[in-house]
Amino acid sequence: MQRFILSKKNHIALISAILIIIAFTGELGFKNTNIFTWSLISASLLGIAPIAIQAYQALKVKVVSIDVLVTIAVGGAFLIKNYEEAAIVTFLFLFGAFLEQRTLNKTRSAIKELTEMAPESALKQMENGEFEEVEVDEVDVGDILLVKTGAKVPVDGTVLTGEGYVNEASITGEPVPASKKKGSKVFAGTILENGTIQIVADRVGEDTTFGKIIELVEEAQDSKSKTERFIDRFSKYYTPAVLVFAFLVWLISRDIELAITILVLGCPGALVIGVPVSNVAGIGNGARNGVLLKGSEVIHAFSKVDTIAFDKTGTLTIGNPKVADTEFYTNNPAEVLSYLASVENESDHPLAKAIVEYIGDTKLYPVENTDVVKGGGIVARVDGHWFAVGNVTLMKQENIRLDEKALEDIARFEQKGNSLVLTAVDGELKALMGIRDQIRPGVKEDLQKLKRLGVKNLIVLSGDNQGTVDLVARELGLTEARGNMLPENKAAYIAELQAKGQIVAFIGDGVNDSPSLALADIGIAMGSGTDVAIETSDIVLMNSDFSRLPHALGLTKATAGNMRQNILIAVGVVVILLASVFLSEWMNMSIGMLAHEASILVVILNGMRLLRYKLR
Amino acid sequence: MQKATIQLETLTCPSCMQKIEKAVKALEGVDKESVEVLFNSSKVKLNFDDEKLSIEKIENAITAMGYEIKKSQVKAL
Repeated sequence: MQRFILSKKNHIALISAILIIIAFTGELGFKNTNIFTWSLISASLLGIAPIAIQAYQALKVKVVSIDVLVTIAVGGAFLIKNYEEAAIVTFLFLFGAFLEQRTLNKTRSAIKELTEMAPESALKQMENGEFEEVEVDEVDVGDILLVKTGAKVPVDGTVLTGEGYVNEASITGEPVPASKKKGSKVFAGTILENGTIQIVADRVGEDTTFGKIIELVEEAQDSKSKTERFIDRFSKYYTPAVLVFAFLVWLISRDIELAITILVLGCPGALVIGVPVSNVAGIGNGARNGVLLKGSEVIHAFSKVDTIAFDKTGTLTIGNPKVADTEFYTNNPAEVLSYLASVENESDHPLAKAIVEYIGDTKLYPVENTDVVKGGGIVARVDGHWFAVGNVTLMKQENIRLDEKALEDIARFEQKGNSLVLTAVDGELKALMGIRDQIRPGVKEDLQKLKRLGVKNLIVLSGDNQGTVDLVARELGLTEARGNMLPENKAAYIAELQAKGQIVAFIGDGVNDSPSLALADIGIAMGSGTDVAIETSDIVLMNSDFSRLPHALGLTKATAGNMRQNILIAVGVVVILLASVFLSEWMNMSIGMLAHEASILVVILNGMRLLRYKLR
Repeated sequence: MQKATIQLETLTCPSCMQKIEKAVKALEGVDKESVEVLFNSSKVKLNFDDEKLSIEKIENAITAMGYEIKKSQVKAL
């Protein structure tokens, strides 16, 4: 019975609205007070039923909820035979709840769209070799799955057979479908646009990249900042306090009307709902635009950022460096290049990849005793020779003599904005390579936008030589450039800035910069579906799209502002209402409830504006 | 210990959260610290001792408060 009444709340609101209309037409049109009174009594009794049930359920677990206040207030109104107010208040309360539900669903829609993209079923190979449709929860790591054209890839996996094009927009934001063949990785939540593939499941459920993104966003929308936790605690005591206050007023004044009016006016609705609504709308907007914000604490911190520190490679630049200049100090460059390719083949450092690409096909030698010198390079034995490749620091460490000609070349290469890679064999310098990366298109404009949004310092921190870094800084109009920085130097420099009282954001690729990402007030990762980046950072820019950074900053500023407005509206309405009970003649329960419900709708609608936020 | 994630009908009133939280915490065998009622995603997350309590009992406590349960998931911790 209780459940039935609660599930028909919206119908009840409609019926009581009709009864109220009948009552007033009865009185105004036919001067019939009987119809008037009885219609209103039935409207209030009907309307109070679901509210009273909720109040009873709350009291059972010792919570004084808004329903309790309203039920007592309506009871009081009955006591003094003010059926008109009782009917209108219950109707407004129910109708308000209906509108709140509708509008709240809207503010949450952006995130819902995301979670609904999660795959639900999969075609799994059974023991008899046939494929059968199963729930995605029933897929385990190692299962073989069939994905047909138009279907969602159910898990993260590797293609076993078949070929096709996969739309990975849900993971990377990249709209152009990616080609997949045997051995390619595919991700849960992406869509196979054509072809048929069989995959083996590598990661399932919440462990998939898509699962992690969803979990992150879902947790973010409900994460609470300090202000919110304070409001929560406050409202726990606030509602009982209103009850006590109203009771005291009644004791002193013996005025039931006044006491029940206070009960209605004191409802804290807009205050409790205001901040979560802004939060969910702001994070929802971000999710739609490829910016993952990890909660309201992050929003507050980033909206107040003073300094943004950038990693260079892969962030300001495309991250696909190419060998631009070479100089040899040997008569047999081919042999040196072969050794070099053999060593660099084993590394996944971006500079190593550039070198391997530059050298192309060549004879490869076995490599032994490889020693990776952090922030320096690699020392190894190749074909029986001692071999070192790395930067100038490494060469000095290994006591390689750099003659005048070499020093001149180094200076010349650096001036052009090259990263330097020196190669030495058996203690002698053999080759110098200058490797350059291109600046991402549009970065300059994006940085201008950040400045306009109030960021004071834009700093580049890079492991590259100072010359290269200076060149980039000059070209992009950065305020400061620091080269020759190891990951721990970057972190130390960020700590230094923080000690000066600055709020610092660091933006990097998330793999080797995790100390800085963790230390900065806001760690921003350029993520192209890598979960390391998703886990260590506070904000993720999907598809490594730098141009989303200004949107992210503008959005957090708008969201933080929106939260402040909502708190102001909520507190303002309660203060004005309570003050006018004592100071004015016109205030009564119905007006109070109207203002109260209206203020809730206003904060929701205000929050909803964030869904449409765009950086101008 | 088991970890339960319970998806509820859309929550609209913030006082719902307090009610559900208290109702769940009152159950014997629930790890009180772990109870989280998420307003926007309308979910309840909690850890409980499966020797003292079953997921059905937790679900009943929530439905008794008047909230519909859409889906629940239990995983061993």
